Amino acid sequence: MKLKKNLALSETGFVFDPSNGNSFATNPIGLSIVKMLKEGKDIELIKKNILNEYLTDANTLEKDIYDFINMLKKLQLNENETSND
Amino acid sequence: MKRKKITVAVTGLNAIDSPGPGVPVIRALKDSTYFDVRIIGLAYESMEPGIYMHDLVSKTYQIPLPSAGKASLLTRLKYIHAQEKIDVIIPNFDAELFNFITLADKLKKEFNIHTFMPSQAQFDERHKANLPEFGKKHGIKIPFSKMVFNVGEIPALKKEFSYPLVVKGKFYDASVAYTPEQAATYFNKIAAKWGLPIIIQEFVIGEELNVTAIGDGMGNTIGAVPMRKQYITDKGKAWSGISIDDEHLMKMTEQLFTSTKWKGGLELEIIKNAKGDYYLIEINPRFPAWVYLAVGCGQNHPEALVKMALGEKVKPYTKYDIGKMFIRYSFDMIVELKEFEKIATMGEL
Repeated sequence: MKLKKNLALSETGFVFDPSNGNSFATNPIGLSIVKMLKEGKDIELIKKNILNEYLTDANTLEKDIYDFINMLKKLQLNENETSND
Repeated sequence: MKRKKITVAVTGLNAIDSPGPGVPVIRALKDSTYFDVRIIGLAYESMEPGIYMHDLVSKTYQIPLPSAGKASLLTRLKYIHAQEKIDVIIPNFDAELFNFITLADKLKKEFNIHTFMPSQAQFDERHKANLPEFGKKHGIKIPFSKMVFNVGEIPALKKEFSYPLVVKGKFYDASVAYTPEQAATYFNKIAAKWGLPIIIQEFVIGEELNVTAIGDGMGNTIGAVPMRKQYITDKGKAWSGISIDDEHLMKMTEQLFTSTKWKGGLELEIIKNAKGDYYLIEINPRFPAWVYLAVGCGQNHPEALVKMALGEKVKPYTKYDIGKMFIRYSFDMIVELKEFEKIATMGEL
């Protein structure tokens, strides 16, 4: 999934979508995932990095990360679904 | 730099729950680094809050209601000009624009009072009742609309519209009706307040976006700032909003100015549906009450308007800050009875 290029992220976990003015707050793990998505990393690499950094197991992560990504899509933070043209 | 001293008369001092643009326009002019502005308020009612904001408004004069006609307005403006030597007038209400547009040449020739407003043709063309034709002419999507002059026409609307639909007044007010009965109620309510015709408009589902902008009358966009409302009052007015980055909306605005050669300030009200289509639902022919957000974003539209009114060249703004918010607030001023007495009895304060 590609996130919008112009999405603004702050270290506090505040996410701002300048194309529609929406803003969201996420926790540190969410922020890490959003940052990696914005850098263009694929899901498998993101999962690997999260498993290295946090005390969690692969099954739990698998479920949580897809839930999180679906939420990002629902919030229209991905590039494809919000194209204006 | 020494700022140029000028006197500007401004209407729309009703900074209430459905606020007029006067006070934010004055704040913008007071922020000008080019002009040292003395403000003369023009008020219709003695309880318009701007009358009592003495840090912003030097003196206020009551003026006749638009329904009194242009002759009464001219007589009153002559008197005010004799006291105050007005350089520029900025009218801020849709309902008063007709009189001011009609008097613009006379004000300039006889009193050297400058204005910067759309022409009568531009003003009429963007009227809610004429919006579908306007859309066709300028290549902009407009929700299907129809003028209705009699409440008896409501039942037959189901042949052309599906419910819900929007019932709109010719100047202000709009309500979403879910049934013909509701449409008839809103028809009567709005017609009683603003007169006929009533405009029936297709209801477009999506998010509402707004643009405050100014054109030089030759097809150029001098400034434009798009905003999304974040908090809306029960009257549908923005209590807070945020400037956004929307390339399509900016292109649409520029196309509109190029095509219409609009002269002066305006506000565009647009609905963006889930497919990403943009529908223009209204053009307000003056600055909106949230115009001070543009100043906060780096574009002083009222200052640009005054410069152009005085015949000065203005370079178009090319950027604005994205993610700047405005949050409106209410404030209880303490007013001495003698002040209220003065404006209520003498028509001046």
